[in-house]
Amino acid sequence: MTVQSWTFLLVAASFALYIGIAIWSRASTTKDFYVAGGGVSPLANGMATAADWMSAASFISMAGLISFMGYDGTVYLMGWTGGYVLLALCLAPYLRKFGAFTVPDFVGDRYYSQLARVVADICAIFVSFTYVAGQMRGVGIVFGRFLEVDINTGVYIGMAIVFFYAVLGGMKGITYTQVAQYCVLIFAYMVPAIFLSMMIAGNPIPQLGFGGADTSTGVALLERLNGLHQELGFAAYTSGTKSTLDVFFITAALMVGTAGLPHVIIRFYTVPRVRDARLSVGYALIFIALLYTTAPAIAVFARTNLITSVSEAPYSEVPEWFTKWEETGLLAFDDVNGDGLIQFVGPDSPLTNELTVDRDIMVLANPEIAGLPDWVVGLVAAGGLAAALSTAAGLLLVVSSAVSHDLLKRTFMPEITEKGELLAARISAGVAVMVAGYFGINPPGFVAQVVAFAFGLAAASFFPVIILGIFSKRTTREGAILGMVTGVTITAAYIVYFALMHPELNNADNWWFGISPEGFGTVGMLVNFAITMVVSRFTPEPPVHVRVLVESIRIPRGAGEAHEISA
Amino acid sequence: MTDRPSANDPEVAARHTEYWRRNIRYMGILLTVWFVVSFGFGILLAEPLNAFTVPGTGFPLGFWFAQQGSIYVFVVLIFVYVRLMNRLDREFGVDEGGTA
Repeated sequence: MTVQSWTFLLVAASFALYIGIAIWSRASTTKDFYVAGGGVSPLANGMATAADWMSAASFISMAGLISFMGYDGTVYLMGWTGGYVLLALCLAPYLRKFGAFTVPDFVGDRYYSQLARVVADICAIFVSFTYVAGQMRGVGIVFGRFLEVDINTGVYIGMAIVFFYAVLGGMKGITYTQVAQYCVLIFAYMVPAIFLSMMIAGNPIPQLGFGGADTSTGVALLERLNGLHQELGFAAYTSGTKSTLDVFFITAALMVGTAGLPHVIIRFYTVPRVRDARLSVGYALIFIALLYTTAPAIAVFARTNLITSVSEAPYSEVPEWFTKWEETGLLAFDDVNGDGLIQFVGPDSPLTNELTVDRDIMVLANPEIAGLPDWVVGLVAAGGLAAALSTAAGLLLVVSSAVSHDLLKRTFMPEITEKGELLAARISAGVAVMVAGYFGINPPGFVAQVVAFAFGLAAASFFPVIILGIFSKRTTREGAILGMVTGVTITAAYIVYFALMHPELNNADNWWFGISPEGFGTVGMLVNFAITMVVSRFTPEPPVHVRVLVESIRIPRGAGEAHEISA
Repeated sequence: MTDRPSANDPEVAARHTEYWRRNIRYMGILLTVWFVVSFGFGILLAEPLNAFTVPGTGFPLGFWFAQQGSIYVFVVLIFVYVRLMNRLDREFGVDEGGTA
């Protein structure tokens, strides 16, 4: 069988599975739709959270990015895992005890204010939309390359699938589909990694393999890679080029952003008890860590493979994968000096670089570069789709609940019936799919910045007000609203200024204190904390029922089911 | 919210205050470890630590903490917290009962 027929087979089989699960577990009440009835076991919820969290960016792009960034790739590895510690210790158990459906619910009730709810709601919709656009694009890329259809056609197919199970199944359908998707994606990620680790390092465990010795030369793999980098004029792989301060701020922004992302937070409303919420975060992180500790190993293998297979190789003899990716335009060779050989060199080399490689293709191309069996290549395609679809579905659910629950039911149409609300939720999920598909087909030219934007905003808006809402009874409505608005505004202004208005100034010389726009969410968060605390000092204390509410969320007993709370 | 603690019972209130104080202390200790391992070993001290390698492997130590070690520590921290809190909940009689 060829690569393409394996891909068709594996993708079709995995999709049949997801759709079957969606039909079997479709939602019949709003509670099923928003929080899966509140009866998901911590283990299943942990798996679903992991699939929800690990997007096309984690599966397709991250190892490739690390492969090009070396040590600097640490910002993603620690940034996207460390946030779970904050989530487990500072957020999940208390939000579960609070027991509403959404993040704006918490903000609105804790800060006894419809305005606070609406501000939080707008942030939630915006964060989720910026994120989902990138997912649909990822779906398009995978379909485009492996099914050899147009990228736009790929996006349409993806839209149809997501529409089907997010709109029908709601949270209940999504949760069980995501469990299946986690299994598919982790299997698809580990198989090529184990193959590569065996081939290159002679060790079946990739996490150990990339610290071992190269089977062909006997030199430590990382030492050899550093040597190759030096020879070709790249910075040493294990040191990187970003300033320590910037690495610090970006990591912090991603960690805090993770803990503030609404589609991650609402997952912990779906378990039955407070202690399940704590445990569930732990399971989620184990499942995530499996992929995140493998990614740096893949990065090292891919980097070594790429350099040794293309550097100074004659262009006339390049392997098939090279030509195929050239056709997509994601790999390009320009024979500047006309010697017919590929010079792949870094900024410190006297030679001119002739090869440009899109970082997004590394994970997808890796099995082909290493010459792994065809079924492994097809498996990676199925895994990439599982990752992109599971995250897109989770995000669409946040958008639909933000509209139908927070805007309609809690703000503008409190007398709406259960049936009406469920219909509104389905319609808004449907509309959200269309809008996401539009951005997938016409992506804004700055997807990476937009994703940083989503994290920066989550860090600068939700995190401080949720933390203070739980840990400080004195925090007032005025403080929270001003803090959220200021935090979001300065973060957005800084990112828009450098990434959209003046991309030519976007370098370390012009940044404030050398902090890049990606890391600025940390500054926004600190400002939000400061303003919320200071303003709270000078405004009237929260009413008694809010102080009683805070006391009660600190104590696990009596969590009960997720429910409406009368404000 | 069936058995919300009665705010009028000073004994219950004092017990809850003590429970909360212990919880904050656990959090403080665990978050300190979290910070030292990730931001400390993995970022601020990564360069000096890279002078050493993880014994028996080719990993520079700072690089290993940044791309492997810190993640393992994160997982351990959460499970330690779960254990500590489950014990604390029972000790103060605020656990939720039930099995599984």
